[in-house]
Amino acid sequence: MKKYFPLFVLPTLIAFTAAFVIPFIMGIYLSFNRFTTVENAKWTGFDNYVRAFGSSDFMNALGFTVLFTIVSVVTVNIFAFLIAMALTKALRGTNIFRTIFFMPNLIGGIVLGYIWNLIINGVLAYFGVDISYSAKYGFWGLVILTNWQLIGYMMVIYIAGLQNIPKDLNEAAEIDGATSGQILRHVTVPMLMPSITICTFLTLTNSFKLFDQNLALTAGAPARKTSMLALDIYNTFYGRAGWQGVGQAKAVIFFVIVALIAFAQLRFTGSKEVES
Amino acid sequence: MKKRHSAFIIAALAASSMLSGCGGDTSSSDSSDGSSSKTAAVRFLNFKPEIATAYEEIVKIYNKETGNTVIVETAANNTYEQTLSAKMATSEAPTIFQVNGPRGYANWRDYCADLTDTELYKHLTDKSSALTYDGKCFGIPYTVEGYGIIYNKEITDRYFALENRSSAVESMEDIDSFEDLRSVVEDMQANKDLIGIKGVFACTSLKPGDDWRWQTHLANIPIYYEFNRNGIDLTGDATKEITFEFSDNYKNIFDLYINNSTVDRKLLGSKITDESMAEFALGECAMVQNGNWAWSQINGISGNTVTAENIKYLPIYTGIDGEEDQGLCIGTENFFCINSKADESLQKAAADFLFWLYSSDSGKEYVTNSLGFIAPFDTFADAERPDDPLTREVIEWTQAEDKVNIPWNFTLFPSQTFKEDFGAALLQYAQGSIDWDSVKETVVSSWKTESSHLE
Repeated sequence: MKKYFPLFVLPTLIAFTAAFVIPFIMGIYLSFNRFTTVENAKWTGFDNYVRAFGSSDFMNALGFTVLFTIVSVVTVNIFAFLIAMALTKALRGTNIFRTIFFMPNLIGGIVLGYIWNLIINGVLAYFGVDISYSAKYGFWGLVILTNWQLIGYMMVIYIAGLQNIPKDLNEAAEIDGATSGQILRHVTVPMLMPSITICTFLTLTNSFKLFDQNLALTAGAPARKTSMLALDIYNTFYGRAGWQGVGQAKAVIFFVIVALIAFAQLRFTGSKEVES
Repeated sequence: MKKRHSAFIIAALAASSMLSGCGGDTSSSDSSDGSSSKTAAVRFLNFKPEIATAYEEIVKIYNKETGNTVIVETAANNTYEQTLSAKMATSEAPTIFQVNGPRGYANWRDYCADLTDTELYKHLTDKSSALTYDGKCFGIPYTVEGYGIIYNKEITDRYFALENRSSAVESMEDIDSFEDLRSVVEDMQANKDLIGIKGVFACTSLKPGDDWRWQTHLANIPIYYEFNRNGIDLTGDATKEITFEFSDNYKNIFDLYINNSTVDRKLLGSKITDESMAEFALGECAMVQNGNWAWSQINGISGNTVTAENIKYLPIYTGIDGEEDQGLCIGTENFFCINSKADESLQKAAADFLFWLYSSDSGKEYVTNSLGFIAPFDTFADAERPDDPLTREVIEWTQAEDKVNIPWNFTLFPSQTFKEDFGAALLQYAQGSIDWDSVKETVVSSWKTESSHLE
């Protein structure tokens, strides 16, 4: 069996190289160039990186994204966990509720963005403003939208995790006189750590990389104050002649940040996982 | 065991989320007839999705008449630059593409062939309208368009029939300055219920991405006057900085638009162009700023009440000295370029196709009736002009001897980012969160920053 290993891995390896490794290396190379298409690149050294860090838009977008990520990771996971707890109790209709909560996840980001744009503007119209009036509205609009979209998915992971906890652990704790709060803290949460690892990883990277929802809901209004990193990179790359290299440099910086955060988070939550 | 399991799920999920993240966003359609797609053929990357089917028919006719194959590909709305950048680096690079003016040319300079010796350039009526550098032509304009304030004469007539008007102006034809326009508009707005409209102007669509009528088209006027009155050489580096000298004039007309509209000025941030065209078509407002391309849109809205004989143009007056002679803003941001990196024979074939399109009888028929272009070439007789009312109006304005039409100097705007900055500032001004001085400051500083990295 072992000797066929290269043969079986080859198709995937070719696809992975062509679709990921080569573009990735080219991307890094291009971030040091001034270019219009990938063919006419001229080497400019670190110029693009200097310009990327020098632009206030990028720094604003970074700040906005970090804040947004923190808020949505916390809210999405708390709500998803609470709903999962509620829907694993022996109640009637839990399956229907699970389906309903999961459904927003099946709708594409652009559509969701437009729908929520209409809803939020409809509400704000009573106050004589709309979502583009202040960056605060855009921020909370994005948080609500992300919660609505991601909670269902995370809920499913948490439900799976909760159902995997052996009943005897809970019963043993109860017989030992543990309160429900103690059971939650000392039995449920530690046993659920694998699910928590996955869910925080997913919400963290999804929130950090958010693009379509951002584009459809606020498109950065007012005055790019609600642009997140992905949207800022996109605008830099396509909106400005002579800035393609800077957009590329921003994308490389973005990659490094996402990779670092994801890695640190996996190490942290992973270390809390317990064997049953 | 558990640990490895979760790591595996994470890897799988990460991979799947990456896959779902990338979806194609260009709709392109090849119209090759089987065998010919293998050999090298002229590829044309079309800018306007609304006329993609007309081009498909054109290349079929061309193939029938001459035996040559042209493949038309169309970039989806607002994705031309993206599509072009992506396609240029492939083996199926477009032979014919287009740039939007001097700034677009600067970006694509490495790919623009010298077109001075092409037949099409020789037949261009106004050689100064081409993209010319050092006596060589690199881009040929292929259509002329015009914009101004479009009004519905049926509604303005209702206003002029009112007995207690306070404006001294007697008819729309008498308006030849900003003061006249303002007196009519403000009085109309005051009497909107009597006239049966919601407001004089259609909503000023300021949603990001839909604000081009203001940050590009309307902005053209003060910038044109700034360059024109100061004798700036438009091909030189002097265009890399502006003072926004006529910003007060811009404010004049912009205030008029947002204060006498169907929609409260605080709610403009979510309005799109389609909505304002719909308001105009449904007779809810009397005026809207747009160009001759808007007729098909107005006419296509179900319940349209605007008839062809009642749709008219008014120049955009802003209170500048001598504006009595001002005409519409007429120009182009569509320049054909031929890819200099393509084979010589392909470049030649591309030039032949373009000349055929604008000189043969069947080609001209399509240009006039299907593409709806006002073609700026001497191969077209006066009768061979599109038949929609706004285009006819534009042609009349180009021929009016006593009027000075404003060229499209917004092709000199440094970048899309500049326009977006301008639009965002306008929105905040309309909402009342910043004052006009900040708008002016944004315009001047963004122009400078964005220009600093142009070649």
